[in-house]
Amino acid sequence: MQKKDVGLLVLVLVVGAVVAAINPRFLSPINLANTANLIGLFGLFSVAEAFVIVTGGIELSVGSVIALLGVIFVDLIVNHDVPWPLATLIVICIGAVMGVIHGFLITRLKLQPFVVTLCGLLIYRGIARFYTADGTAGFSFGDSFPMLEWVVSGRTGGVPHSIMAFAVVAAVAWFTLHRTVFGRHLFAVGKNEEAARYAGIDSTRVIVLAYVICLVLTAVSAVFFAMYTRSIQPSSHGNFYELYGIAAAVLGGFSLRGGEGSIIGVVLGVVLLQELQNLVNLLGIPSSLNFAVMGSVILIGVIADTQIDRYRQRRRQALGLSMLNADGSGAGELGLTGGKQ
Amino acid sequence: MTVKNPIALTLSGVSKLYPGVVALEDVGLSIRGGEVVGLIGENGAGKSTLMRVLGGATAPDRGSIELDGESIAALTPAEATARGIAFVHQELNTFTNLDVAANVLLGREITRGPLGVLDRRAMARAVEPILQRVGARFGARDSAFELSLADQQLLEIARALSMDARLVILDEPTSSLTLSETQRLLEVIAQLRDEGVAILFVSHRLAEIEQVADRVIVLRDGRNAGELGRGEIEKNRMVRMMIGRDVGQFYDKRDHDAHAPVLQLRDVATSTYPDARVNLSVKAGEILGLAGLVGAGRTELALATFGIDARRGGEVLVNGVPLPPRSVAQSIAMGLCLLPENRKEHGLFLDFAVSENVTLPSLARLSRRGVVDRAAERGLAETSQQRLGIKVASLDRAVAELSGGNQQKVVLAKWLAMGPKVLILDEPTRGIDVGAKAEVYRLMQDLANAGVGILMISSDMEEVIGVSDRVAVMCNGAIAGILSSRDLTEESILRLAVG
Ligand SMILES: Nc1ncnc2c1ncn2[C@@H]1O[C@H](COP(=O)(O)OP(=O)(O)OP(=O)(O)O)[C@@H](O)[C@H]1O
Ligand SMILES: [Mg+2]
Repeated sequence: MQKKDVGLLVLVLVVGAVVAAINPRFLSPINLANTANLIGLFGLFSVAEAFVIVTGGIELSVGSVIALLGVIFVDLIVNHDVPWPLATLIVICIGAVMGVIHGFLITRLKLQPFVVTLCGLLIYRGIARFYTADGTAGFSFGDSFPMLEWVVSGRTGGVPHSIMAFAVVAAVAWFTLHRTVFGRHLFAVGKNEEAARYAGIDSTRVIVLAYVICLVLTAVSAVFFAMYTRSIQPSSHGNFYELYGIAAAVLGGFSLRGGEGSIIGVVLGVVLLQELQNLVNLLGIPSSLNFAVMGSVILIGVIADTQIDRYRQRRRQALGLSMLNADGSGAGELGLTGGKQ
Repeated sequence: MTVKNPIALTLSGVSKLYPGVVALEDVGLSIRGGEVVGLIGENGAGKSTLMRVLGGATAPDRGSIELDGESIAALTPAEATARGIAFVHQELNTFTNLDVAANVLLGREITRGPLGVLDRRAMARAVEPILQRVGARFGARDSAFELSLADQQLLEIARALSMDARLVILDEPTSSLTLSETQRLLEVIAQLRDEGVAILFVSHRLAEIEQVADRVIVLRDGRNAGELGRGEIEKNRMVRMMIGRDVGQFYDKRDHDAHAPVLQLRDVATSTYPDARVNLSVKAGEILGLAGLVGAGRTELALATFGIDARRGGEVLVNGVPLPPRSVAQSIAMGLCLLPENRKEHGLFLDFAVSENVTLPSLARLSRRGVVDRAAERGLAETSQQRLGIKVASLDRAVAELSGGNQQKVVLAKWLAMGPKVLILDEPTRGIDVGAKAEVYRLMQDLANAGVGILMISSDMEEVIGVSDRVAVMCNGAIAGILSSRDLTEESILRLAVG
């Protein structure tokens, strides 16, 4: 766990304690289960976003993809009698294809990720609305698809399946990003693409894979969201989710310049954002202020982070200096030696 | 032109700490207008840090600065500039999208009318005399995009002078210049001194120091290790003070038997010189020098060979097997590695730990089913650190914190860990101190003795002649001739290089 993550964990715990102290309902089993469910749902695409941010890219079409793949999923099941496992697979494949296209445009045609995925945001949203003739893709099929209902929206021992799925995804993502060669390549390409090329890393492949992973995970989360909301209003379903994912990643220590961040950080970022949502609801703050609260906390968090870093550096400096003043041998014990090690 | 009030600057008791390292401890330095002071020391001795303190870029933790009889705790960059101290950074920050005059007067543009429209003619008029003063061969209206590194350096100096600099600080200004460009710069330096400017000059090329410095200040491990006056400046003496011992045999000519070629270039053409065809072969156990003027196409040839750039035809064979074009991964897999010329942009991930930098290309070997074996990674990093003597508090430190020479060692370590069969070294000792240079040469010779073929691009004539078994000289993208070690002299190389 990095130092940044510890700071964020403390923040999560403090905010949680404050909310619980003011309104004990925060800790009621119902509220906890609900919050956990939301953490699972929002966490899936936030982790997805982290994979492209670490390469120095960005994926702005997440919300639109959730809407489009959501209506496709519903349509396949309700109107075309496609079995739900197959429908899920189809939706995931579409996500993968979208990832390949985004990656191709960014690496081969050298378009900026911001531009490519902004166009994706507009295009997918438009298609989703056209597809349903701007109507609501609704279903009452919860009853007729009990298995799907249970897998995606069910609970085991009171724990929502969505957060279990998120836990598994986050664990795999952590391992991939922080323990595998591919993860190291993601960081390397994000930090310095030229140097990565000189080191023999196929940066095109790495970047395309990052977008594929991102949109496949987004497709999975689209299925979860479709089952959560039960009806999809294609003009608003998933709006702003990409920004939510980016916010979680930034809170979690990801640099938008690429090459930095940790999965533990994103997970904590997602938890914190949901806590804030909860805080707004439970403390009776007008829900119109929702985004304002979220924005302020992110800003404060980021500012605190840089300030604490500075403070730490100054303290270390002062400590080293006082050792040097006291005597040279003390400095040696601190691990301070002359220019020569 | 003479400086009106020459500078008088004294630093005393300066200390600077970085996490885990004492970069400077109780260092003193004084300099007056009209003298050239050489600042020398091993990699990591604290030279750049001391210069940054002078230029106001780094605040010292302790120590005092006395400037023109006035005592100051620490300078900010703005104060330093205002008081006539100019710092020419090793990494040049020329804006290539502007013209020369705009670069020189950046932030102090001359404008006209109430709207503040740029008066480009007045700017050019103001800049021309300064360009003449530094002996520039480019005009104020030229685009900075076309300037060579040497010319960019002159531009930076012109910029310093345009701010009425009384002290010009130069951190390794000659490390990427060719011999003749270096001579030109040294002449400019001598002339500025005669005008009353003070010059503080860091270089690892001791011959230049001998030529131009009036006084030499030596740093060792962040402390003063002594000073040499005009008559005492002599290479061996400087070396002894820098590293506390003699370097011993620098170049060590080996007898090597003719082996099979490990690297062959057949009719290779690069996109910079599409009409030139290069044929070259490097034998196992051989060090082939590649000399030439800057712009002769040596780096381009290396990049096309390695697979960074596309080839405009021709074939590259490693151990007789042709390399697919434009595949760096394939090149590396077949045992061909390249140490790039620009280590910060192409060789390193500055924010990453030293260990991560060293092991990056070796990860495939250090992993099982794609999962990195962290103990093995650690082991490799430690072995490499010992092998090359990389000075760093811990392998988890970011490479950005290392001194220039130690950064170069990290890049070298990265490729040596791959156990290459052919090594292309593009300016391998740039920014490396004498002691480390000797180590690098020894390393190259050990590798060659173990059968590695080495192609060494170098603009350091002494190095080319001292280390190479044969030298190929390039001119305008083509091989102008190949010299065997018997015919190696500076003149013979230069004659081929100028075409
Ligand atoms: N920003 C930094 N953070 C941490 N350590 C640093 C930083 N800058 C320099 N150091 C350390 O301070 C010491 C002196 O470094 P400095 O760059 O001054 O050396 P130098 O004499 O210029 O060497 P070189 O000849 O290799 O350029 C080194 O041990 C270096 O690792
Ligand atoms: Mg330096």
